[in-house]
Amino acid sequence: MLDGVKHVILVLSGKGGVGKSTVSTQLALGLKDKGFKVGILDIDLCGPSVPHLLNIENSDVHQCPEGWVPVYTDASQTLAVMSIGFLLKNRDDAIIWRGPKKTAMIRQIINDVCWKDVDYLIIDTPPGTSDEHITVMECLREVQCDGAVLVTTPQAVSIEDVRKEITFCKKTNIKILGLIENMSGYTCPHCKECSNIFSSGGGKSLAEYAEIPYLGSLPLVSNKQDIIQLDSMQSILTRLTTH
Amino acid sequence: MDSVPEHCPGTESESAGKVSACQGCPNQSICSSGAAKSVDPGIELVKSHLSNVKHKVLVLSGKGGVGKSTFTNLLARVLAKSNESVDVGVLDLDICGPSMPRMMGLLNEQVHQSASGWSPVFLEENLSVMSIGFLLNSPDDAVIWRGPKKNTMIRQFLSEVDWGNGLEYLLIDTPPGTSDEHLSLVQYLKGLPDIGAIVVTTPQEVSLLDVRKEIDFCRKVNIPIIGVVENMATFVCPKCTKPSEIFPKDSGGAEKMCAELSVPFLGSVPIDPLVTRHCDEGTSAIDTPSACVDAIQQIVQKIQQYTGGH
Repeated sequence: MLDGVKHVILVLSGKGGVGKSTVSTQLALGLKDKGFKVGILDIDLCGPSVPHLLNIENSDVHQCPEGWVPVYTDASQTLAVMSIGFLLKNRDDAIIWRGPKKTAMIRQIINDVCWKDVDYLIIDTPPGTSDEHITVMECLREVQCDGAVLVTTPQAVSIEDVRKEITFCKKTNIKILGLIENMSGYTCPHCKECSNIFSSGGGKSLAEYAEIPYLGSLPLVSNKQDIIQLDSMQSILTRLTTH
Repeated sequence: MDSVPEHCPGTESESAGKVSACQGCPNQSICSSGAAKSVDPGIELVKSHLSNVKHKVLVLSGKGGVGKSTFTNLLARVLAKSNESVDVGVLDLDICGPSMPRMMGLLNEQVHQSASGWSPVFLEENLSVMSIGFLLNSPDDAVIWRGPKKNTMIRQFLSEVDWGNGLEYLLIDTPPGTSDEHLSLVQYLKGLPDIGAIVVTTPQEVSLLDVRKEIDFCRKVNIPIIGVVENMATFVCPKCTKPSEIFPKDSGGAEKMCAELSVPFLGSVPIDPLVTRHCDEGTSAIDTPSACVDAIQQIVQKIQQYTGGH
């Protein structure tokens, strides 16, 4: 299982829509820039976003003797992606599955994808603390997992759900690598005034309260290409690769 | 035990337990005996329990964090305020991440059990709320449940909450996705009249992508769609008062998607930091006039037209 994968990082959040997939893809692109070979595993079966965010929506997964071959973003083959999105015939199709079927699918993806040599495997998860999460934790018990990166927005409604996710990590003995506060401040494109649309500072105080490392904050931007250049993103990457 | 065989005929099928894929399945004997075919007694229970609830409105979205709970919260407050004789109930089905207690300002409230079932928590005379958040000891408590346990909880929420003398509206807030919670909800509500779904989205394609799946889900399970609400549409800078699109309509936005899929478009709601703050603090956001509240009011009117008055 996960042969040839050196480090596994989970991206979690109790809350939906806080930017788990965006953070996952940006972390992957950032690590790729630093010269690592990276894989992304998208286990959000009901709402896979990674293929869209990386602009590889119409790619197909192929079979090889060792298992499924992930989709590579470019010819350098340094960023490999596996998502249920590649297996759907029509992008509007809904996956309407109860837990056991999702569990079976996730196990199959984790077992059967042939990652070859990957320095970092980033696992993007759906919101919540349910079937998908329990299954991943169970599977990862057999391999070495570096830990989880938690993502939140500064709002109290999001912080509240992330507190539950922290409890989940503690109960399942997953190390928390740190917390990222996403969508913290939006700069008006006209006057450059920065507004804290979803309030501010919530991530930092949560990290202090829960005694977990605070990795930094990422602003709300319309153009996601800019994120990877930010100092805060670079410092997050450095902390994750040198821990 | 966790995996379903690839060619499982389904428990309700005639050939359940009898096809080759059933070989070796731990449930084979149950399936072939026909026991799995029997109808869940919970369905009848829910049906009779909700007989005095008029409109059952589901708030759905494939995507998380688009504002399902915020919209449910505002919709409930507007409906309850517009007519004091209309009773509104809110049922929060997000088991792993309940947001209703906070948004309604009912954080430390508890649910009480009486002979007639669980008593919901009342925010106003005519507005009551039920959420798993009221049953947890601490905000840090995580509900780490697989599907079947969540289903039991949902059945209890649908069949054991004492909504008093009946409701005009029961608003059901759901978690993101198209999985256990949604399937159970739909299964239990099957056959009841006056059900409709409101689908909430944000303008960008990454959200619409999931929302199309949710619309596909509604169609597959025969839930009529009241319409789509586009949330977090534009942001008006408080300094220069110029609008900008935080989440750009990179594929034409919700209105275009509605036209493509021929579902009604209910309207766009702008993003407003003040409303966000009200929701965080649990105070009423609808008493301060703003573009956001105006947009919500107009959408509520359309929903009222759909449900026929009130």
